[in-house]
Amino acid sequence: MSLVISQLINGLQSGSIYALVALGYSMVYGIIMLLNFAHGDIIMVGAYVAWLAMVHLALSPILAIILAIIACTLLGVIIEKVAYTPLRSSPRLSLLITAIGISFLLENLAQLIFKADAKRVPPLITGPSINIAGQYVDFTAIITIVVSVISMILLTFLVRKTKMGKAMRAVSEDMVTAQLMGINLNSTISFTFAVGSALAGIGSILYCCTYPQASPTMGSMLGLKAFVAAVLGGIGSLPGAMIGGFCIGLAEAFVSAVGLSVWKDGVVFAILIIVLIFKPTGILGKVINEKV
Amino acid sequence: MLKVENINVYYGSIHAIKGVSFDVNKGEIVTLIGANGAGKSTILNTVSGLLKSKTGSVTFLGNTISGIVPHKIVTRGLAQVPEGRRVFLNMTVEENLEMGAFTRKSSELRDSIDDVYERFPRLKERRKQIAGTLSGGEQQMLAMGRALMSKPELLMLDEPSMGLAPLLVEQIFDIIKELNALGTTILLVEQNAQMALSIADRGYVLETGRIVTSAKASDLLNNDAVKKAYLGG
Repeated sequence: MSLVISQLINGLQSGSIYALVALGYSMVYGIIMLLNFAHGDIIMVGAYVAWLAMVHLALSPILAIILAIIACTLLGVIIEKVAYTPLRSSPRLSLLITAIGISFLLENLAQLIFKADAKRVPPLITGPSINIAGQYVDFTAIITIVVSVISMILLTFLVRKTKMGKAMRAVSEDMVTAQLMGINLNSTISFTFAVGSALAGIGSILYCCTYPQASPTMGSMLGLKAFVAAVLGGIGSLPGAMIGGFCIGLAEAFVSAVGLSVWKDGVVFAILIIVLIFKPTGILGKVINEKV
Repeated sequence: MLKVENINVYYGSIHAIKGVSFDVNKGEIVTLIGANGAGKSTILNTVSGLLKSKTGSVTFLGNTISGIVPHKIVTRGLAQVPEGRRVFLNMTVEENLEMGAFTRKSSELRDSIDDVYERFPRLKERRKQIAGTLSGGEQQMLAMGRALMSKPELLMLDEPSMGLAPLLVEQIFDIIKELNALGTTILLVEQNAQMALSIADRGYVLETGRIVTSAKASDLLNNDAVKKAYLGG
């Protein structure tokens, strides 16, 4: 019983981080049809910023957290402005290759600046273990799940109810007509990148709470798994990204629980292959009818 | 009100609009008629700022608007109902209307939405419904209501009759006449030349990117060449 609860908590914990990161993938895909493979590396940058802020600037954890999230948000917007905006009318493949290029650029820059060895990030969020049904659960696990769920609720409110959120939906559905409504395309797309990257920033902090180190390639595996989560949920769908994230987290926890933890990564990518073969639109994805 | 002078628009190497000039005066209904592919939508999209002309200029209410980004042109009082309606299918009827008022203050939103519901009672019944579930005629009404939400001085309609049953077409054209009577200037693009000319003050006939004839709508209805080409003899 206790094993079940602890693996369930583990699954929800990593799942909520995957979900936060997957949301960024899905939002960006929804609005400009780009699989932003640089998205995972934003997490890495967030981890380094938190490390710099605490170790070198001797800031408090809360300031380090805020700084890291702001840095991720700005980075996302800058990447969009510098690398993707000039390619808006180019073929989608050019955009995709650019995204992969940005990913390599960020990883190699990090390696150049911070060297290849991992840096230990001091504890960002600490607290006592919490007793759930006779089982002590790590404080960071609870915080991770709670913060993620709150972020998702806020995001859902933003997208469904606010003017900017509605503009995002309008642009993602029909970019040309959205402009005829008076919606500013550039600012709406930038805003989407900002929100997606802020979520990645939050994900980065939560990830560092469990795995407290920053390394140049830490974002690539996390980013890929979040991408699988987005595809599983149906890329472009925000509820889908959330469901997909939790599914991937729980699947990993289950695989570890039955003693096959070496197969953890393999199972995630097996899920990707299975989804792409049997239900390429994912759990909640829609079939897009190409207009002729 | 609107003055289009010598515009030339290209799609890559295809010369789609060849030196087109026309004007729309305040209070008029002006129609551009022509066959599929004559360049009617291209002209509207150039006026809206979605496409760029290599030459000439577009002037609206005395100000040059060529070269201005589309979302700013809307704020000048120019709205377009695009071809094929293009309502936001995954958003509700009311959200679609809100998008139409994107450039306006949110305090003015409620009144404008009520105005649109008064004109299109059907939309009020379906306000919470996803636009994708509406019929073609309802979607056309929604697209028009949405464009009216920006309180335009000039409303440009691109093929409002497309794909609609004759009875609905008449209903839509009656509404266009009413809107005009209430002070909205109309630029109407149509393949259904008969209908368009019957409500318009003036008309321009477009052929492969050029304006070949322009006259009072009543004269065009009786023009032999126009009759032969567009009015079925």
